[in-house]
Amino acid sequence: MIAVGQRLGAQRRLRFARSWSGRIGLALTVSVVAVAAFGPLFAPHAPTALVGPAYAAPTGQFPLGTDELGRDVLSRVLDGGRSVIGYALLATALAYVVGAGIGLVAGYTRSLADPALMRLMDVLLAFPPFLLLLVLTTGFGSSPAVLVLGVMSIHVPGIARIIRAATIETRGRGYVEAAAARGESRRAILLREILPNITGTVVADAAPRLTVSILLVASLNFLGLGVQPPNADWALMISENRPGMTIQPWCVAVPALLIIGLTVGVNLLADAVARARGTSIDEELVRR
Amino acid sequence: MSVGTTAVGWDAEPSGQHEPRAGTGAWRARHPLAVFVLRRVAVGLLLLFALSVLVFLGTQILPGDAAASILGRNATPRALAIMNRTLGLDKPLITRYGLWISGILHGDLGRSLVSGEPVSSIIGYRIVNTLILAGTASIIMIPLAVALGVLAGRKPGGAVDNVVSSGSLAMIAVPEFILGTLLIYLLAVQLHWLPAVSVVLSGGPLTNPKILVLPVLTLVIVGSAYIIRMVRAGIGEVMRSDYIEMARLNGVPERRIVLRHALRNALAPTVQVIALTLQWLVGGLFIVETVFAYPGIGAELVQAVIARDIPVVQSVALLTAAVYIGINILADVLIVLLVPKLRTAA
Repeated sequence: MIAVGQRLGAQRRLRFARSWSGRIGLALTVSVVAVAAFGPLFAPHAPTALVGPAYAAPTGQFPLGTDELGRDVLSRVLDGGRSVIGYALLATALAYVVGAGIGLVAGYTRSLADPALMRLMDVLLAFPPFLLLLVLTTGFGSSPAVLVLGVMSIHVPGIARIIRAATIETRGRGYVEAAAARGESRRAILLREILPNITGTVVADAAPRLTVSILLVASLNFLGLGVQPPNADWALMISENRPGMTIQPWCVAVPALLIIGLTVGVNLLADAVARARGTSIDEELVRR
Repeated sequence: MSVGTTAVGWDAEPSGQHEPRAGTGAWRARHPLAVFVLRRVAVGLLLLFALSVLVFLGTQILPGDAAASILGRNATPRALAIMNRTLGLDKPLITRYGLWISGILHGDLGRSLVSGEPVSSIIGYRIVNTLILAGTASIIMIPLAVALGVLAGRKPGGAVDNVVSSGSLAMIAVPEFILGTLLIYLLAVQLHWLPAVSVVLSGGPLTNPKILVLPVLTLVIVGSAYIIRMVRAGIGEVMRSDYIEMARLNGVPERRIVLRHALRNALAPTVQVIALTLQWLVGGLFIVETVFAYPGIGAELVQAVIARDIPVVQSVALLTAAVYIGINILADVLIVLLVPKLRTAA
């Protein structure tokens, strides 16, 4: 069942590209990620350099005009995407590593570590997600590290629960018991026997989790609690230039459209993948 | 039967497994619902206690900072030591937690490190403002979104469904701060229909309801998207079930099928969705209030976090956590009341 299931899974994963919403999602995601990844190579000015008057209208020299301090909006747009995408990806990936570790240990050990770990996860899960970020920021200050670790800890309990349940289901299987009988170490059993066989369940909700991470990172940056000025960041650009959007709408509109393109794109993609697998992304999205 | 993803492991089953014993056991057997409610509340209080420890540790981990931020440039070592003693920061962590929590239980929330005012007078009227905003948004959002969700879920794959569900899928992904900013640009800056920021006069937000429109609109658009998608999925599942098929075969009119059979059976999941949305609202308010400079508790919390005004952050955080847990308990109890099967099992 396992090997066949994985092969069928691979075919199903390609099916999402056949729906229109899946294609639009893929196109949006790829183009926004491309702007963020390769943008800095094409930036005409340094993102933090003061190059002209404040809130200047678009000209040949500044295709998207200038911002509140007279910096080139195009250069900042091209430079400001890596923070949102990078931190969201990093936080989600770390959450999977930590959550998988906790879930595997809790699910496989039949000791007190299981209830102890899971009650801790319950407490974290009862914390309003955005509040957790704000409390951590108060205690540890505003920095990308706090941002990444905070977003990570919002995802960890949910992932740990799913992995624990899958581990408990798997630990009674013949090949796991055979490995234990061969005298393999617990570490080897967890990483070589159990983990490869539960990855399908685990990765299913990765895309909606990424959407939530992007929304959280962007929101925190908007509030000025993540990436700090003068660094360029799409969400931070929106809050910095909001007072001047009547004079120079581009410095707000372009980063806003890029963030929307990214979140809507990832979401459409996630929805298409989930529908191809016969599941739904809605449950995960509500938690933020 | 606990609310969706925020379910708490040890309260998942109603208290049915307990064999009725003599004395208290007999009481338990006769009042299963009361036992269930009491257990949920007890677990909720335990969680709140755990969260209060987390809030305290999270905000107090760097104790030197509070004194330094009050003193600013006058932070000589001597002044720092005195200020630490005045604030009680020289005592061990556990004593400070005890003092803090007993103060809160006695109604003393401490004083703001920034303005020196008592926290209770800072957040008191702001709680009212926030309740007005959240209440207005909920009253509009819940019926509207449930209706749209039912409309879309009735005929999955139909024209209405396609428009409603792809629209809500897109809106769910738009960050609140961007939607709010775009609405300000469109309706306040360009069309001059509404004020861009919420200036609340002394009489409270209801004396000038115009200022509520944009924040409420932002909350309603994003919040509805959640409810629509979940209700649509719930109704769609019910519509495919055997008893609906049976009712159809018996010639029951479609409208009656939706209203009498489908809606009724989708009621419990709908309550869960509404609870989850209200919990989302708790977090969404932080951002939406900040975008519109609405003088509520959410914007105050964000300001306090930026200024590292620890007493204000702690009080608002604890209050928010209590509301969050309370919504969860209410939804669980309501679901047990609504679904007769669970009531007898309890």
